[in-house]
Amino acid sequence: MDNREATIKRFSDLLRDNRNRIEKNSAGLLNSFREEAIKQFAELGLPDRKNESYKYTNLEPWFNANYKSYFVPEAADFRAAENFKCEVTDLDSYNLVLLNGFPPRYNGIMAGLPEGIWVGSLTEAAERYPGIVEKHYGKYAHNGKDGLIPLNTALASDGVFVYMEKGITLHKPIQIINLVHSDGDMFVQHRNLIIVEDNAELPIIVCDHALSPQKFLTNAVTEVYVGENAHFDILRVQNEHNNAAKLTHTFIHQEKSSHAVSNNITLHGGLVRNSTYHRLNGEGAECNAFGLYFTDRWQHVDNFVSIDHASPNCISNQLFKGVLDDYATGAFNGRILVNKGAQKTLAYQKNNTILLTDDAKMDSKPQLEIYADDVKCSHGATIGQLDEDALFYLRSRGIDKNEARLMLMFGFAREVIDNIHTEALRERIDELVLKRLRGELSRCTTCTINCDK
Amino acid sequence: MLQIVNLKVEIEGKEILKGISLNVKKGEIHAIMGPNGSGKSTLASVLAGKDFGDITEGKITYMGKNLLEMAAEDRSKEGIFLGFQYPTEIPGVSMVNFMKTALNEHRKYRGLEPLSSSDFLKLMREKKDLVKIESGLTNRSVNEGFSGGEKKRNEIFQMAILEPKLAILDETDSGLDIDALRIVANGVNQLKTPENATIVITHYQRLLDYIIPDVVHVLYDGKIVKTGGKELAVELEKKGYDWIKKDVDIVSYG
Repeated sequence: MDNREATIKRFSDLLRDNRNRIEKNSAGLLNSFREEAIKQFAELGLPDRKNESYKYTNLEPWFNANYKSYFVPEAADFRAAENFKCEVTDLDSYNLVLLNGFPPRYNGIMAGLPEGIWVGSLTEAAERYPGIVEKHYGKYAHNGKDGLIPLNTALASDGVFVYMEKGITLHKPIQIINLVHSDGDMFVQHRNLIIVEDNAELPIIVCDHALSPQKFLTNAVTEVYVGENAHFDILRVQNEHNNAAKLTHTFIHQEKSSHAVSNNITLHGGLVRNSTYHRLNGEGAECNAFGLYFTDRWQHVDNFVSIDHASPNCISNQLFKGVLDDYATGAFNGRILVNKGAQKTLAYQKNNTILLTDDAKMDSKPQLEIYADDVKCSHGATIGQLDEDALFYLRSRGIDKNEARLMLMFGFAREVIDNIHTEALRERIDELVLKRLRGELSRCTTCTINCDK
Repeated sequence: MLQIVNLKVEIEGKEILKGISLNVKKGEIHAIMGPNGSGKSTLASVLAGKDFGDITEGKITYMGKNLLEMAAEDRSKEGIFLGFQYPTEIPGVSMVNFMKTALNEHRKYRGLEPLSSSDFLKLMREKKDLVKIESGLTNRSVNEGFSGGEKKRNEIFQMAILEPKLAILDETDSGLDIDALRIVANGVNQLKTPENATIVITHYQRLLDYIIPDVVHVLYDGKIVKTGGKELAVELEKKGYDWIKKDVDIVSYG
């Protein structure tokens, strides 16, 4: 049996051995997907480097470790989570803390939430609102080549569910804080579903943190439905440690005239792979996919973006920038698919990376597939060093070399940060990025548990 | 204030400066003129501390210190200012943050407390009037999307904030129309005190109608071939650089 088969067997066994526990803790609807999903995973296996979209990312070492799997949350675990104060928490937002992928279950009644919004556990929601969940669950998370998605469907028992009724506007963001905390190495899976009905507006912030130094592997799938003329904004801030791998798959399905923004800001993480999918399903839909990544030491960050122009008159824009230090590596793969009927498409893509050392390495790959003839698409990628002339200009005014380098890096990142429209949040991200560049950002600055390894 | 003795600089094996000697005292304005490619900008960059080329011979003493041993940022904090011929565009770095950081570095060096944001903005407003720079420009990224004239005015604006002891203005007049030229020259003149000195590098005599030099040097082929009073600039304008070239070439071939 080769490695691939061994991995498949390992995860199939994991489901078989724990199926009772998982299913008891989950909802009937979620359970009904498991059998099929594990079959699909068995066919696909883990994506390896032969898979075009994983060409630059080697997952194998992260999967060939002995993890404890966390299927059922224990009440005691939430105590650590409650003590955690996220860097972004002083922001005026509705907070929800997930521990090892599990939201607290409190019937979706979050203090202070306006009417027409439900936030809570997906499993709970599937029992309470079967019609709504059934209509959307498992409908958008499809790739066909990525075995990590059916693996999540097979094994995840819960996650966040957010529901916004038609026409409801939420001005304060919902903040989802993902914490991993364990006394042994752990494999975490969770599954989120977010539904923004027609004409509704929802801003979400997701913060990823690791609270203990153990090895963590997270495989999270999020499905998002954005109804007609609805607005959805998701900003993810990743700040885990070098011993943590974070694999996220975010599928954003957009109906007519909807707007969606995704922004992945990676500050720390041993291995980070963000797959972001926007499907522009209805005419006149628009999306922005942003990303900002900073890596050092042996860290690796891979952003995969797929924009599916399924309808005419849609606009998409991708902007990903990053700074790589030491031996760090990075990858960007931006796919734009313009279907045959998607005339008058506008699609843009830009990826710029600065390498601070000779050993840092970046792979950038545009992937445009255009089957319509009346479209405007552009893409550009640069990989370079800090501008020496700019550096001298700053120094010639009395700014020392380190500070000048920092200003240039920060200036470089600004283009992405400036797209965050909420001022308080933008300032917070500014501060975090600056701290990151100064090397002052520990994994979790305000955390009392020292997990710096 | 500044003594340059027999300065020789090579860039990629080619000798660009071939033994420059220059003495600038406080309160003086020196003009360095010369045709394109004579080494004017190289001299300016070497003085500001740009890391390029090899200094093969000579020494530069500034305020009694060996200038060549000082990093670019320290030269600035010691009072040297280079007005760039081609100011660099720096996207994402705001003018306000740039100048505030620079000024506070200077203050720190002199043992002063950093300026508060409100005091700094007040200072910026004062200095903006000097070069008639639009408020909008200082809210933008450094030089990004500035016109040629705006970039040059921005150089003088920075000079006004940092109040250097020795300002080196490299072709500050190039690309300026007559109104902009007047504004820039006026800015330079207002910043002039008996305690500081200015080196004006220019191709044309035009700027020297507004900034009256005490000494004029002609740089040609990496050497100072003529030094005189302000009348030298007028003579140059009349006779052109060929007059100098001929003289020098006769000497070197004869």
